Order: sequence, then C-alpha cells, then structure tokens
Amino acid sequence: MPIHDQGYRRYAGERRGGDRRWPVIARAGIIERLRERRFLALLLVAWLLFAVRAVQLYVGTTIVRASFFAPSEETFHSFLNQQRLFVFFITIYAGAGLIASDRQANALQLYLSKPITRHDYIAGKLATLAAFLIAVTWVPAMMLLALQVLFSGSLDFVSSHPRLVPAITITSVLQVALASMTMLALSSLSRSRRFAAMLYALVTIFAGAVGGVLQTATGAAGWVLLSPQNTLRVVTDALFGIEPEIPVTIALFAIVALMTVCIAVLERRVRAVDVVA
Amino acid sequence: MNSDRSPVVLENVTVSYGSHPALRDVSVAFPEGAVGLLGPNGAGKSTLIKALLGLLRPAGGVMHVLGHDVAKSPLAIRARVGYMPETDTHIPGMNAVAFVAYCGELCGLPQADAMQRAHEVLFYVGLGEARYRNVETYSTGMKQRIKLAQALVHDPDLLLLDEPTNGMDPKGRDEMLALIRDIADRISVILSSHVLPDVEFACDHVVVLHKGVVATHGPIAALKGDSARVFELRVKGDETQFVVALRDVGIESDGESGDVMRVFVPADRPARLLFEVAARHGVQVRHFRASVPSLEDVFARALGD
Repeated sequence: MPIHDQGYRRYAGERRGGDRRWPVIARAGIIERLRERRFLALLLVAWLLFAVRAVQLYVGTTIVRASFFAPSEETFHSFLNQQRLFVFFITIYAGAGLIASDRQANALQLYLSKPITRHDYIAGKLATLAAFLIAVTWVPAMMLLALQVLFSGSLDFVSSHPRLVPAITITSVLQVALASMTMLALSSLSRSRRFAAMLYALVTIFAGAVGGVLQTATGAAGWVLLSPQNTLRVVTDALFGIEPEIPVTIALFAIVALMTVCIAVLERRVRAVDVVA
Repeated sequence: MNSDRSPVVLENVTVSYGSHPALRDVSVAFPEGAVGLLGPNGAGKSTLIKALLGLLRPAGGVMHVLGHDVAKSPLAIRARVGYMPETDTHIPGMNAVAFVAYCGELCGLPQADAMQRAHEVLFYVGLGEARYRNVETYSTGMKQRIKLAQALVHDPDLLLLDEPTNGMDPKGRDEMLALIRDIADRISVILSSHVLPDVEFACDHVVVLHKGVVATHGPIAALKGDSARVFELRVKGDETQFVVALRDVGIESDGESGDVMRVFVPADRPARLLFEVAARHGVQVRHFRASVPSLEDVFARALGD
C-alpha cells in the first residue's frame, strides 16, 4: 500500500444543488473589481458629494441662520442628478469588460459548460455592475435621508414628503437598470472592453449632445428621446414633482423599449457556441 | 447497442450549423472507461461534445448522458460532467487557484471545499508551484493543464476532453496522457483527438467519426485484429491499376505511397490473392511482409482512404 497515493482522488464533500449560481458570479466580479486601487479611488470620489451634502444637511438643520441649506425634495433630486457623472464613469470602468473580456478569453463556453444557464450568467454580470451603481446612487441618497432624520431628531421631514423614498428608490433603480443593461448589451457586442466603453460613451454623450442640438434647433421636445439619459431625466423629474418636457408615459415606453432591445442583444450574443450560418 | 452501463448514448442524432449538417443520424453508445473520439478535422468531434453538454441543440435524435436526457436535464448533466475545451480559455484577471476554485463553486462546491479541492487538483495536474500565477502568463502546456484542472475540480463522473495535448511538447504530452490514463481508472473519459498515438495510448475503445457519421467503433484491440490482416507491399508496374484491381476483389489499401503500401486482406480471403492479382495485371511484387495492425490502419480503413 503506498504511503501517499498521488493518483486522482475523488471528492467526497458536499455539493450544493439548485440552479441559482448567479450570486457566485456576482461575488467574484465584485471582489475582482474591489482589488483595483484605481476603482476604489473612483468609488471614494463618488462619495465626496455625499460628504458635502451631509455637511450641508447638518448646517441646514442645526443652524437657524443657515436655513437656506435646509433640505427639500430638490436636494435629493439634484443629488441623484449629480451622481449621474459617477454612474457614467463606474459603468464604463466596471461594466465595459464584463462580457467583452469573457468573450476575448473564450470564457463563455467555460461558464456555460458548468451547471449554469445563460440567464444565470447575465444575472451575475448584471448584479456585479448594479451593486456598484446602487452603492453610489440609492445608498448615499438614503443615507442622506437618514442623516436628515438624525440631525433634525424627528421624522417630520420624511412624513411631510411621502413620495421622497419611493422617488429616490425608483429613480435609482431606473438609473442603475438602464446603465447596467445598456453597458452589458454593448459589452456583449465586442471582444474589446475599450470598444465597448467607447460605444457606451457614444450612446450616452453623443446621443445627448445631438438630441440637445436638435431640440434647440427645431424647438421640438421629442428629441429628448434620442438620449437614454435625458429620457430617464424626464421620468426622474416627474417622480420628484417637476413638470417634465414630454409626457412621462412616452419616456417610460422608450426606456422599456431600450431595455427590451438590450435583452434581445444579450439573448443573441451570450452563447457558448457562435454559429455562423 | 448495449447501452445499460454506457455513460453516453446517442440515438439518431443530427446536428446542423445552418444548412450544413455536422452530425448525421449518429447512433452510438460510449462504454465506461477511456474512449477515444477520433476523426479528421471537421469530422464532428467537437460538435458531438458540445451537443452532449447541451450547448448545441440537435435537429433530431436523443442523447443520454449519465442516464439523463440532454434535452431535458442539461444542468444536471453539466454538474456531473467535466469539460476541457479545445480552445484556450480562462476567466480574465484570476490566478490559477482562484480560477479553479471559482469553477468549483460554479459547479456547486461550497467555497471552502472549492478552494481546498483547487489546490489538490492543481498539484495533481502538475501546476502546484505555479498556482498563484495569473493564468494569462501561462505557457501553452500550462494552459492545457489548467483546463484539465478546471474540468476535474468538481470531481465529475464523466470527463470530456477536446484535443487535450494540442500544442504540448513531447514530455508534457506524455505527462498529460499519463494523467488521462490515471483518471480513466476512476471515472469515464471521452478523449477527442485527431492524434492517433494519443488515443491508442490512453484509450481502450474508440469511436471514429468521418463527415458527421460514425465510421467505426469498438474496442481498439478488437478493431485492430478484426476481420483483416495487414501486409506491407512494394510493387513495380502500374500501381494505380493494381490498387483498383485489389479493391475489385475486396482488398483495401492505404493508396499509392510511391514506396511501401499497406494492404488489408479480409480474413476470409487468402493472402495468395495479392500475388494472383499482381500476376494478372503484370505487376511485380518486390517486397512482401506481414505487418502488425495499428490504430492508423483502423482509422484508414474506417475512412476508406
């Protein structure tokens, strides 16, 4: 009998059943990203505005003479609008390579040869990006609200603005979902993360600029639909009680249509085997 | 078809890429142990493996892997099957041990077990010292080994290996084949390759695919000794006419090599027939020697070359 068998040894431990493996993909993606110092720095910068707003809230609620700093619905609306810049950068940094890099490394066939579905894979990748985006939108906005309650010592502000929590939540969810889905779909179109990043920048910045120019030139508010970000702003404005430029139902329909296109792209591009017929 | 203990059974399976059929009405049962899946490039080997994993949907037919219907339970199959793809593949940005552990977790192993098993498997395939290196920095041979490691980490009941020795140096190739031989003592292995000596070394059975159909299958020993004796022959005269004449009397050859040709004389024909055909066509036999059948002969006969 050998002292130490160096042959293949079987595994006798536990195996988890079930088909829900997307959290494993999401966790690995998040950990991998958090190992990068540049990305951590970006996350930190994205929270700077929160710190400024927190100070503003403290001053506005505790110092009577600084009551012009007192929070309103607009405080949270403008905070979420300002966070869009960081949503853009984080989406590019953490999202461009999510599928493109896997395609470049032929990892898709590896993933899909394991007991995971294409939907698990997409959900895992989506959750990776969504987690970071929620961390710079919904989380700081809700923390600002919590700080307001803490500084003022009462729930008066929250109870007098009942639509604030749903508005923050829906705005954040829409912002995160739109950015994640668009980036993921664009990432699936290429084997290069740089190309995917350029496509996203094109969709976000260029479409917004062209829409703005056309809107100014023609005076037709409908050009706002050319840019996903401006379309989202229409919905956000409506949620915070600001009169939108175009009917909110049209903007919502445009967002749903864009997400449907993204899902169709992902459905077509995320395959273990590329069949060129 | 004896399929009671077969880990893989195919019945009338057809797989097409658009209008091009890659597998045509394939029916075969793979026995337990190491089975070689042989065939020239484009024969349908990789397609067959991908279809077994449920990555390609067949246009017709039924496939069973480890008792599961591939069409109905692809996830249950993938949980018990290890797949080593032909192409270079890895998860970007991970070192070897993280990559293999991640693959284990994707297959359902708890996090701690997956990590422990990853270390074990990496030592087993000979990457113990390099396990903390990023996979992207690995040599071709190391990449082949890590692909084997990720296929083994969850301890599958069936291992599908697609060209596992591609790009490896002779020493690495021998070590890889020795690993496959060792693994096949414990779990079933299907080794897809076009390198005949690899299959002959590592496998007991073989399935030969050609142009999307099963050309022949069975135990290698039986196929080699089956139905034909092999002779080496050198002739002077009109070789083309001689080869055609041999074919007319049911004797196959490996074609006109310009020097020594190998001819396969069916068991029910006397070897003397070779000389009779030669005499009839005015061809001189300058060299005649009985030879040992090899897998190459099985392959050549199956492909009808």
